[in-house]
Amino acid sequence: MANKKCAIAFSGTQEQEQELMEVISSYKEEKGALMPVLQKAQEIYGYLPVEVLQMISTGLDISMAEIYGVATFYSQFSLNPKGKYKISVCLGTACYVKGAGDIFDKFAEKLDIKGGECTPDGKFSLDACRCIGACGLAPVLTVNDEVYGRLSADDVDDILAKYSE
Amino acid sequence: MYRSHVLVCGGTGCTSSGSEQIINVLEQEIASQGLEKEVKVIKTGCFGLCALGPIMIVYPEGSFYSMVKTDDIPEIVSEHLLKGRIVSRLLYSETVTEDGVKSLNETNFYKKQLRVALRNCGVINPEDIDEYIAYDGYEALGKCLTEYAPEEVISIIKDSGLRGRGGGGFPTGIKWSLARANDADQKYVCCNADEGDPGAFMDRSVLEGDPHVLIEAMAIAGYAIGASQGYVYVRAEYPIAVKRLQIAIDQAREYGLLGNNIFGSDFSFDMELRLGAGAFVCGEETALMTSIEGHRGEPRPRPPFPAQKGLWGKPTILNNVETYSNIPQIILKGADWFASMGTEKSKGTKVFALGGKINNTGLVEVPMGTTLREVVDEIGGGIPNGKRFKAAQTGGPSGGCIPESHFDIPIDYDNLISIGSMMGSGGLIVMDEDTCMVDIAKFFLEFTVDESCGKCVPCRVGTKRMLEILTKITHGTASLDDLDKLEELCYHIKSNSLCGLGQTAPNPVLSTLHFFKDEYMAHVVDKKCPSGVCKSLLSFEIIDDKCKGCTLCARVCPVNAISGEVKKTHVIDKSKCIKCGACMEKCRFDAIVKK
Repeated sequence: MANKKCAIAFSGTQEQEQELMEVISSYKEEKGALMPVLQKAQEIYGYLPVEVLQMISTGLDISMAEIYGVATFYSQFSLNPKGKYKISVCLGTACYVKGAGDIFDKFAEKLDIKGGECTPDGKFSLDACRCIGACGLAPVLTVNDEVYGRLSADDVDDILAKYSE
Repeated sequence: MYRSHVLVCGGTGCTSSGSEQIINVLEQEIASQGLEKEVKVIKTGCFGLCALGPIMIVYPEGSFYSMVKTDDIPEIVSEHLLKGRIVSRLLYSETVTEDGVKSLNETNFYKKQLRVALRNCGVINPEDIDEYIAYDGYEALGKCLTEYAPEEVISIIKDSGLRGRGGGGFPTGIKWSLARANDADQKYVCCNADEGDPGAFMDRSVLEGDPHVLIEAMAIAGYAIGASQGYVYVRAEYPIAVKRLQIAIDQAREYGLLGNNIFGSDFSFDMELRLGAGAFVCGEETALMTSIEGHRGEPRPRPPFPAQKGLWGKPTILNNVETYSNIPQIILKGADWFASMGTEKSKGTKVFALGGKINNTGLVEVPMGTTLREVVDEIGGGIPNGKRFKAAQTGGPSGGCIPESHFDIPIDYDNLISIGSMMGSGGLIVMDEDTCMVDIAKFFLEFTVDESCGKCVPCRVGTKRMLEILTKITHGTASLDDLDKLEELCYHIKSNSLCGLGQTAPNPVLSTLHFFKDEYMAHVVDKKCPSGVCKSLLSFEIIDDKCKGCTLCARVCPVNAISGEVKKTHVIDKSKCIKCGACMEKCRFDAIVKK
């Protein structure tokens, strides 16, 4: 199977770089600055391309090896761009017991991608996420910041249709 | 003064089911009826009964509206708020009786609960410090700073018998006294709000519903051990909690309750938020501190314990959110009051997040020693769809499954450990007869394999090997030898892993092996999954008598494994079938069964 991760070239703007530099200089003197800087950088760019990591490395004077180590350790950080619509299916225990696994599989089948990947047109990306704390509505998923609860595998088509227009 | 207050839940559960829109529509309706000077709308934290969200309570009547829709709002406003006629059909059905409306505290869900840690959740507006202060907020901090020496604070906490609510159950007072005893130029107070345990969301509820209690308790802890700086390590997945906690910190600073010379004393304390980035292992204390320092969140060997060398090498205490939320009440009401609740070795109350196959999903707080039966059957309202209870899972990926035979066990730290589970942070997932216990054990192992930080071999390699064996079992290719190997691996990983994650990772397997051995045997020997979950062991068949030959199944089958003529019995070719279940879903005559 072809690698369907989006191999989109880095396309950061001047404004984004400006913003990142401000973040770096505001955290520079603080202890343990790397994590918050990576989090802000991901907010600015949507993901953490190597070009951005290099700017952080120079700015904070931390080696690329260490930054790469931290960026790949935490599941929140992504080195690849996400889709325009980020689908995260909660696979916490409460959701799993109520059939979230089937919902995840159905998305993977419909979109023809695996977890962590993005469709070739850059529209959808699919992730399994840890408990988002809405166990009362299990099974749940989020599309960007929109939360969908009390789902069944039958709802998958409707949700995809809603964003496919 | 307002004559009526409308409390709308703004917790995550209700927000997900649309409570923000409810509030907007409610405010518009109230304005259009000209009631804005008489009725006040308050967005509160979680009420606990998430299954019925969005939830809304109208005071002074205490009318509990559940599953509110925006379309219902005009009626509630014009009938109830304007004319004083309660809209009974929209009330939570359990509060409606023949003689009228009964109070929420008398319903099965709330009757047996005792709220200490959650006492303000769903009661106050979490974004307003004055409401917290009106409910005795910051009084305990004032009392500590003006009446007690730090040692006295610690001895009150010790006498109360409070134990850590995050996992291991270490006595909080002893932890504090160890950190107090170490002299250093700087000490730290940390809070673990990185609630990684899937299925537990009580910490989130406290953060969202009562953030000031955490600030007050951490300041008290700072005074007790001699620290001037606090850190809250909170999950980035909890955006509402992060926002409200930041608002609370800013307000506390403004009121002089954080900062220099609090209450005119010579005690100074301030705190900061640090966001986690999605690593379960960061719930382990040394890993959490390494993460705050900005590194990969890997644990390190203990000793030295954090009380000696913690954050940046300085003496540090770390407690979780629920533990802290008990502290101010203990100071105000005394150690004896707290110790009067619970069992001999587990004092106070515990919050459980009820989830899975249970009617009343949500948060409940009960005294320690309440039985599992009371929690599941009475408070939780039993299992939906008339299914049979199979097991309750506590302690998340570190815990185990409790079978029906232990249904009457009083829940406390030691009892749970004695039956191979643990309290953990209080997730309680109920499973019914449709849940395969081998599949659940595999689910937890997938989780630990994913979340193992990779630093020590027993955990990194061992859990992977366990998962491989479990996968073999669910595929029906395992032998009895594999079962022995699996059990042996469990004990090796338990005794040789570096941190709590690895040491407890085998628990879900060990407890299911112990209580549900027959299910493992069915998979291994008979090559059957009794609950019909493990796909490789299933086969789909068409019952001749019931099949009408409508051809629907043949049309939905994605691999053309079903054949048959119109109006004649169809057959499934088992060699082609991929067991997707699409045919069974579509069949209108219940003619397709899985075995």
